Amino acid sequence: MTHRETSTRTYLSVFVALASLTTLTVAVAYVNLGEHWNNIVALSISITKTALVALFFMHLRDSKRLTWLIVGGGVFWLVVLLGFTLSDVATRGWLAL
Amino acid sequence: MPDSTSVAAVDPHAASAHLAHQFEDAEQQYETASLGMWLFIVQEIMFFGGLFTAYAVYRSMYPNAFAQVSRNLDVVFGTTNTLVLIGSSLTMALAVRAARFGTRRQLVTYLLWTMLFGTVFLGIKGMEYHHKWVEGFVPGPGFHYTGAGAEHAQLFFSLYFAMTGLHALHMVVGIVLLAILAVMGARGRFGPAYSTPVEMAGLYWHFVDVIWIFLFPMLYLLGRH
Repeated sequence: MTHRETSTRTYLSVFVALASLTTLTVAVAYVNLGEHWNNIVALSISITKTALVALFFMHLRDSKRLTWLIVGGGVFWLVVLLGFTLSDVATRGWLAL
Repeated sequence: MPDSTSVAAVDPHAASAHLAHQFEDAEQQYETASLGMWLFIVQEIMFFGGLFTAYAVYRSMYPNAFAQVSRNLDVVFGTTNTLVLIGSSLTMALAVRAARFGTRRQLVTYLLWTMLFGTVFLGIKGMEYHHKWVEGFVPGPGFHYTGAGAEHAQLFFSLYFAMTGLHALHMVVGIVLLAILAVMGARGRFGPAYSTPVEMAGLYWHFVDVIWIFLFPMLYLLGRH
């Protein structure tokens, strides 16, 4: 089969990056950046870690476009689920009904 | 009518015992398995997504109560478990690599390491659950919380147990799968021609790791500052 093999070194680098980002997210959590920025930073670090796991460990970077489409579809509907629900909750009370 | 021996020579089905008759070749069979696994993972994202959404809604409704009560979780346990799980993803990735190369000993060793890390994770999780039980943080009649907003604190812990419990259940399933693969691997079932089951279990394992990558900051860290 036509796999591009990822080297052990690359896997180790990804591991080191993931461990460093874990340390970073814990450290930043104790710094008060203001409610929203703490959330945004934590979420951004989690998304970065997810991208590393998906691209390298799950070989998404070697995957076919169809796989990317499936993953993109999943992310899209997750954003719809979260976005629509939270926009509802956030805007309740805007209209005095 | 073609000569039957020359047909056999070009027919990939005759060359591979692993190739099912409905597939053109090994590549197509692999892509099909991979796509199916990704579809499964995407529906798992939506499955956990419901819980993530519930958490986001309630956290946005009761930010102070959630921030306050979340400080009762142990960051040392949480951080350790995050690193353990990342380590298990590394050994899982190396197991898949070993399966592709057909290095039997390495494959089994890496699978056992992955299972060990997974078990350590569950052990630490079990200790945390025990602490929360003793401290009276398990929702229900025994829930005991002296801070402000006890109702919302209970809501936080309901979500905590639902999310981490579902995640832990996925870990248990993963460890069982890896045990089966370790036995198959020890019997020399995987190699350059066929490593699909190990790869698919790898996708599942990494996905479970990703869920924790989000659970950890959401539950343990957001209310710390």
